[in-house]
Amino acid sequence: MKKYILNRLGLSVVTMFIVATIVFFLTRILPGNVARRYLGRSATEEDLVKFNAKFGLDEPLFTQFYSWLGDLLTGDLGTSMAFNKPASELLLPAIGYSSRLALMSFLIIVPLSIAGGIVAAMYRGKLVDRILTVGGLSAAVIPEFVWAVTLILVFGVILGVLPVTAFPTRGDPTFFAQMEHLILPSTALLLVLFGYIARITRASVIEALESDYMRTAVLKGLSRRRAVVAHVLRNALLPSIAVIASQVPYLVGGLVTVEIVFNYPGFGTILRDAVGGRDYAVLQSGVMLTSLVIVLFQLAADILFAVLNPRIRSRITE
Amino acid sequence: MSTTPSLELRNLQVQYTVRGIEKDVLRGVSFSIAPGEAYGLVGESGCGKSTAAFAAMRYLPRNGKISGGQILFEGNDMTAMSADAVSNLRKSAISMVYQNPIAALNPTVRIGNQVAEVFELLGKSESDAMKHAAEALTRVQIADVDSVMRRYPHQLSGGMAQRVVIAMALATNPRLLVMDEPTTGLDATVEAEVLDLVRDLRRETGTAVLFISHNLGVIRHMCDRVGVLYAGSLVEQGTTEEIFNNPSHPYTVGLLRCIPRGGLHKNTDRLDTILGTPPALGAKFDGCVFVDRCALVEDRCHTTMPEAVQVGPQHMARCIHHDKAQSMPRAIDAVQVSVSAPANRPTTGTRLLDIDHLSKAFTQEGRTVRVVNDVSLSVGVGETLGLVGESGAGKTTIAKLILGLTGSDSGSKVVLDGKTLAATLSKRDVADVGAMQIVFQNPDQALNRRHSVTRIVSRAVQKLRGFNSNESDDRAHELLSGMRVEASLHSARPSQLSGGLKQRVAISRAFAGSPQLVVCDEPTSALDVSVQATILNLLVDLQKQDGTSFIFISHDLGVVRYISDKIAVLYLGRVVEFGDSNQVFGGPHHPYTEALLSSVPNIDGSVRKRIPLAGTVPSPSNPPAGCVLNPRCPRMAGSGVEGLCTTVEPELKEVEPGHFMRCHIPFDQLRTTQQS
Amino acid sequence: MNASTSAARTKSNAERKTIRAERLKLLRRNKAFLVGALILGFWLLIAVFGSIIAPHPYDAMDFMAVSKKPSGTYWFGTNKLGQDVYSRVLAGTQLIVWMSFTATALGTIVGGTLGLAAGYFKGWFDIILMRILEAISAIPVLIVALLAIAALDGQSSSITVGVIGFVFAPNIARTVRAAVLSEAELEYVAAARLRAERTPHILFKEILPNVLPPIIVEFTVRLGYAIFAIATLSFLGAGVEAGSPNWGSQISENWAYIFSNIWWPTLFPAAAIASLAVSVNLISDGLLEVFEV
Repeated sequence: MKKYILNRLGLSVVTMFIVATIVFFLTRILPGNVARRYLGRSATEEDLVKFNAKFGLDEPLFTQFYSWLGDLLTGDLGTSMAFNKPASELLLPAIGYSSRLALMSFLIIVPLSIAGGIVAAMYRGKLVDRILTVGGLSAAVIPEFVWAVTLILVFGVILGVLPVTAFPTRGDPTFFAQMEHLILPSTALLLVLFGYIARITRASVIEALESDYMRTAVLKGLSRRRAVVAHVLRNALLPSIAVIASQVPYLVGGLVTVEIVFNYPGFGTILRDAVGGRDYAVLQSGVMLTSLVIVLFQLAADILFAVLNPRIRSRITE
Repeated sequence: MSTTPSLELRNLQVQYTVRGIEKDVLRGVSFSIAPGEAYGLVGESGCGKSTAAFAAMRYLPRNGKISGGQILFEGNDMTAMSADAVSNLRKSAISMVYQNPIAALNPTVRIGNQVAEVFELLGKSESDAMKHAAEALTRVQIADVDSVMRRYPHQLSGGMAQRVVIAMALATNPRLLVMDEPTTGLDATVEAEVLDLVRDLRRETGTAVLFISHNLGVIRHMCDRVGVLYAGSLVEQGTTEEIFNNPSHPYTVGLLRCIPRGGLHKNTDRLDTILGTPPALGAKFDGCVFVDRCALVEDRCHTTMPEAVQVGPQHMARCIHHDKAQSMPRAIDAVQVSVSAPANRPTTGTRLLDIDHLSKAFTQEGRTVRVVNDVSLSVGVGETLGLVGESGAGKTTIAKLILGLTGSDSGSKVVLDGKTLAATLSKRDVADVGAMQIVFQNPDQALNRRHSVTRIVSRAVQKLRGFNSNESDDRAHELLSGMRVEASLHSARPSQLSGGLKQRVAISRAFAGSPQLVVCDEPTSALDVSVQATILNLLVDLQKQDGTSFIFISHDLGVVRYISDKIAVLYLGRVVEFGDSNQVFGGPHHPYTEALLSSVPNIDGSVRKRIPLAGTVPSPSNPPAGCVLNPRCPRMAGSGVEGLCTTVEPELKEVEPGHFMRCHIPFDQLRTTQQS
Repeated sequence: MNASTSAARTKSNAERKTIRAERLKLLRRNKAFLVGALILGFWLLIAVFGSIIAPHPYDAMDFMAVSKKPSGTYWFGTNKLGQDVYSRVLAGTQLIVWMSFTATALGTIVGGTLGLAAGYFKGWFDIILMRILEAISAIPVLIVALLAIAALDGQSSSITVGVIGFVFAPNIARTVRAAVLSEAELEYVAAARLRAERTPHILFKEILPNVLPPIIVEFTVRLGYAIFAIATLSFLGAGVEAGSPNWGSQISENWAYIFSNIWWPTLFPAAAIASLAVSVNLISDGLLEVFEV
């Protein structure tokens, strides 16, 4: 088992390395003068040279890449060119906020989607099923910002029952107030992520319901309900772990737009500004951090899946 | 004795709704099983036997319903019972054993817990249930019960999994046991063990058994009474003796005739067939269900359903011509195919294919797995070599190595008509590629489902004979028609054809390049018995006409015996015996061959003394030292050569002219021990 | 050639037609599919004829009618610049339709080819490809797109199309690869090798026709997500020309006015995005059902 975990860990490292390569070279495709953009047209040659030297832009690209990697591994996230501060000062609190929103959304999405999938499977072919499946998948293709704007319009403006910013602006907010503000943003994310997870869960529940071992359980004398609980669920929910892990990148992507709409000081707003301003350090380090979180998440999901799935677990431990 | 039967089906009618249309699956089936009796239900695919089995458990799929009749268990009508009552019956009174035992077990629950669940349902505590579970598993002769209880289903072999399922079924001492094709898919020797186990347990418990199978030999071996099912209708029923010795329905007669039984050989006898194919599920009939295929059919048969006629004590046949059934004309089809073999074919008898030291090993997690180990064989012109062996023997791998689909290890040599062939297909000439072809087991996967039948064959002709596309098309039509594929079907896609027709297309394709040798890898295993005979006849005809050689791989020893001139018996990637058909089947045998032959239940009812093989097949990555059979060999003990058997691997040596064996025990000693 | 062979040859392609006819029948019975097809058809018409039927040019500003509610002259009302929202929505259709189709087509061709090669040849190419795929999947699509568009200094829709196409290629490659892996195991492929067929023939004439159904379904699924991504990117201001009437920008320019109860310049483009995306999704669902059978 330990060997398996180490193996997967190694693969994750390789993945992160490839991510780093993509991120770095993607941000540097553009030729042209970053220094000039920041210092303005009136800057002298000397100013440009100093700027480049300060941010290490005058060295060959590969050298910049390796020194950047080295910095990252030692925890140095670089310096923001736009704000002339360490990037970590901008990124870390932002990621903290984003995590809060992500966590809340996650805690709502996972149980709801799985429950939705199970219900759709149990009432297969009936109206409930059609609504959940078709409705869920239709909702999933509508961009988060459309949902966000619509939710704000309906619940914030017309009905006026929920706050329209994700962060309470007045005074020292209570925990409850903070949560209240996160409801609409989380809902926007939920609407987009529900459909796919529910559909895969539904498919695996149906597969389990129609399996030979389910038939054996019923023919042993178990009542249908007991057979479902004792035999179906544990088989059907295993694939859900993999699906949920695969949706984490989409959750993060959705976070970006939702934060912008709801004016939340999270990673999304930072990213938008950094893209516009070509703030390399913030961009690169920010994307690396989020990718790291995603990769770690998927690693955990893989290991969990291997532990819970007897077929894989036995093969590893033999 | 008028005791209440354990199970009684009274005029049971079951329908399935497929895409909105209701199809009749069981048409008024009636039979009863007395307490303690074993009743066999036999029939081909689509006849409804599995449906009958599940109906006896009062279980139907989502789209199935009982449209008429009753199912009585010990006199009580199950169709009128509540779901709870039925559940209760299943807990202790009726149990089932399934066709695919590994799939029938929950992959994420340990074996011990699954078996214990049966007892928990009866109210036992968890720890009591586990104890009972261990007892139940011991009862089915599983060694090392504790280890098995901790395992998961995917860690069991098919035979072991079936024992577990049987243990679960018999755990509560049910009064009725339903077995749905319980040994189909298991190796011959494993099948024999499982069947013996069932017979022993039946004797112990006195359970009534409903035994479903398509295998007449197994049915004869296991059952007291038999019912023959065709297209959802019970066409004949009687005691086993009566049915096999005095069949009275044209279908039963035809079925018994077309099975290649011991003693028949392609050189002297042609197999009987039943013309036509089994009807599609739920086809509509006004009269007798067998009209489309019956040799005795007349006008009356089309319009009125025949009544069940008593033809003897406890013997019923649903036919107006029951008295003429056994003398009905034989339906032997003739073939008119001209493969137009090139004139310069070598004469029959000379060696066509020589295989020397064929080996294939690959590394898996650091260990070497020898799938095929030093196999040397030969095939003559116009001759059929039968390859026999159970799973893990390497038969299919050998076929792939010969054809070049898989590259063989160095030292292997394949010589066709005097020419040494390259190890991999891509390095061989087109002429050599066309000279050796294959017919696969599963025609659904062997034919490209997006291509029309014509295209499939025509393309082969084009590439292997070098014709242009028009000429190839014409030749394709010729070949197909010759193999009895009607012209109207030539533009169809494979999915629109029946299994037998698909296989004919596959055979047409194989013969497109006028091959000298065709490998047949279980070509009839996926087909019904009645269809199998036509395909075998076709292959025999092709051989007679063109002198084509075959390498025939099959697990069905009866078929292999019928069609082969020479036979090679394989075990764990090695040839353990090789010789003429009569030498190998007649004996003296290699101990493995002996065990294999003794495990096949005979259709003629003769009881063969069974030579069991201890243990299970070893893994090819970790073969036993010395002779690979030694841990299981039934003739090793007391042979005097045990020391050799456990240390030195025997060579394949000629024990009599043309007959080779890989065994330390002297030939004459085998002869004497096997004769006793 | 004799009579029977010519009869067989000229025998109608009826058989081939029946499979297609059965599939079409199943589709026609699927109500969701029909709704989707209807809506998409509507938008396709608008994409072609939108500029012709628009009552006002999309950038014409009427300073007398700023932020006016929907009325007889301005069906969807006007925005803060006095522009007719209705005409702007119509004008934006063409842009998003061609962008999403092209991007998806690009991704399918690139991804499909990669997937075919990886699934058939396996070996090192496959291993490396899968590693790269996994890495790309670890970065959210949106972020990669943003980075790439920013890097290319993208204010043009063509760049956006290219970026999205390439970002989609990995996932499409994965689906195609999986399908090819299982097809290549089937015996008809071995049979093709046994008639000395060369690799291009096997890939394109034997395997591809069988893998086409999943590819088609994947195309329609990705199309929905392309619409999703393009709308989001234009909302965020990436990859769009200033002043272009694309739906995403319309929302980003106007949504703050919701709080002043000026909902119409936001709601109508939003509904347009939603209906287009959902219609494509319904179609892909219907196709999935049909091809699964």
